[in-house]
Amino acid sequence: MTTANSPSTPSGPRKTALDATHRALGATMTDFAGWDMPLRYGSERDEHLAVRSRAGLFDLSHMGEITVTGPQAGELLDYSLIGNLSALKPGRARYTMICDERGGILDDLIVYRLGEPEGADGFAGAVAPEGYMVVANAANSQVVLDALNHRQAGFDAAVRDDRDAYALLAVQGPEAAGILARLTDADLAGLRYYAGLPATVADVPALVARTGYTGEDGFELFVSPGDAVAVWEALRAAGTEAGLLPCGLSCRDTLRLEAGMPLYGHELSTATTPFDAGLGRTVKFEKTTNDGRFVGREPLEAAAKRAASSPPRKLVGLIAQGRRVPRAGYPVVAVASDGGSTVVGEVTSGAPSPTLGKPIAIAYVDAAHAEPGTGGVAVDIRGTHEPYEVVALPFYKRQK
Amino acid sequence: MSNPQQLRYSKEHEWLSAAENGVSTVGITAHAADALGDVVYVQLPEVGDQVAADGTCGELESTKSVSDLYSPVTGEVTEINEDVVNDPSLVNSAPFEGGWLFKVKVDGEPEGLLSADEYTSFAAGN
Repeated sequence: MTTANSPSTPSGPRKTALDATHRALGATMTDFAGWDMPLRYGSERDEHLAVRSRAGLFDLSHMGEITVTGPQAGELLDYSLIGNLSALKPGRARYTMICDERGGILDDLIVYRLGEPEGADGFAGAVAPEGYMVVANAANSQVVLDALNHRQAGFDAAVRDDRDAYALLAVQGPEAAGILARLTDADLAGLRYYAGLPATVADVPALVARTGYTGEDGFELFVSPGDAVAVWEALRAAGTEAGLLPCGLSCRDTLRLEAGMPLYGHELSTATTPFDAGLGRTVKFEKTTNDGRFVGREPLEAAAKRAASSPPRKLVGLIAQGRRVPRAGYPVVAVASDGGSTVVGEVTSGAPSPTLGKPIAIAYVDAAHAEPGTGGVAVDIRGTHEPYEVVALPFYKRQK
Repeated sequence: MSNPQQLRYSKEHEWLSAAENGVSTVGITAHAADALGDVVYVQLPEVGDQVAADGTCGELESTKSVSDLYSPVTGEVTEINEDVVNDPSLVNSAPFEGGWLFKVKVDGEPEGLLSADEYTSFAAGN
């Protein structure tokens, strides 16, 4: 038996349609952005390595889906987001962001343009066949929804809260395509990275997207909450031989960290512009619609100039020489030859890296100390200066 | 995992073996190891250090967090487990055996520790 995602109650966090499945697997659960989510099922290191070498299966139903439809859906998104979404072709996806009037990041998003790619034949029963689907972080989905509703004024477009309409499963890793191919009629070989198409998976309708947050090849599957358990079980059965493991949010965090992918609340915040975060390429000043007007344009132009001429700080990678683990908020220090030290930055995310076998961190560091190979950089780990190597992101890039 | 009957337990989730020639062994419980997740680094007291009951004497780092290590008893550290320093995953795989942390020459009778059954009830309520 399955149920729709349950509404939030004063008695505790929300539960996904897969809640009973996670508990039956013995998952350690955690409250994440108001949702009761699996942190890990067994060893998070094993789960991490399964995704790197074989495949992992995730429940990401906490993510927030918002559907934008209507004749001016593209115009509304061009105005509301930093990307040029009206130019996105049906069946393709973009990583983008929504900013406030000062250019601060409200959330980072993936936007899918729904509908059939040109030249595709047959329609296999889409969950949402037209318009755009905006996928927001769980913690920010209400903020994004409110902003889109506010910015919708004057556009012939409709913004629909579809957060309860979908469960989201992800199968990630080098074996993901082979596993999914056993359950779907979709042409996975023809499905490019950052593309999505409506298809049937395990006999139920799904939006199948080649996206992820792990640094591996993989797929995200948007299905009806009532179908989530059936799809989960089918993927587990199809993946048994390949060594697929159910994976929790703990390894999702270390996977994205190794892949150098930012996480809202850590690398990204309203105090940060996309340019400060090294993601200026996601800001499209040349837009197809609205004469290029969009929320945050002027402050973002100023931020672009600053980043090009004199960036105050840069987002860098740090690799430990020792074994102590840096955590978000720890100071980054420059240690002088006389032993004196000054704070030159702050760790935004840190963890032991299962792939590298060493602690790693992402940090904002003053530009003077941000070049890869800069010497004398350390992280203040509870009072001790542990030496760290400055490297370019990402820490890990898969072999294609 | 059941908590061995012959050990005593602190509310900070350490275990203490019965003294042999005045020396007891200290580790963390399976419940604590499971709550931490994969342990990746342990910092232990040094041989010769004085540790105090309920005082911090080291730390345990896991993927998601760092936790203080408390001594369940007062005394002098006589030995540390070098194997667990080199391979912290022993804390997860064998918390009551190969994942022991340090040995201590106990000063006086330990106080306020729980029996295995008392600790099992206590941990279940956490």
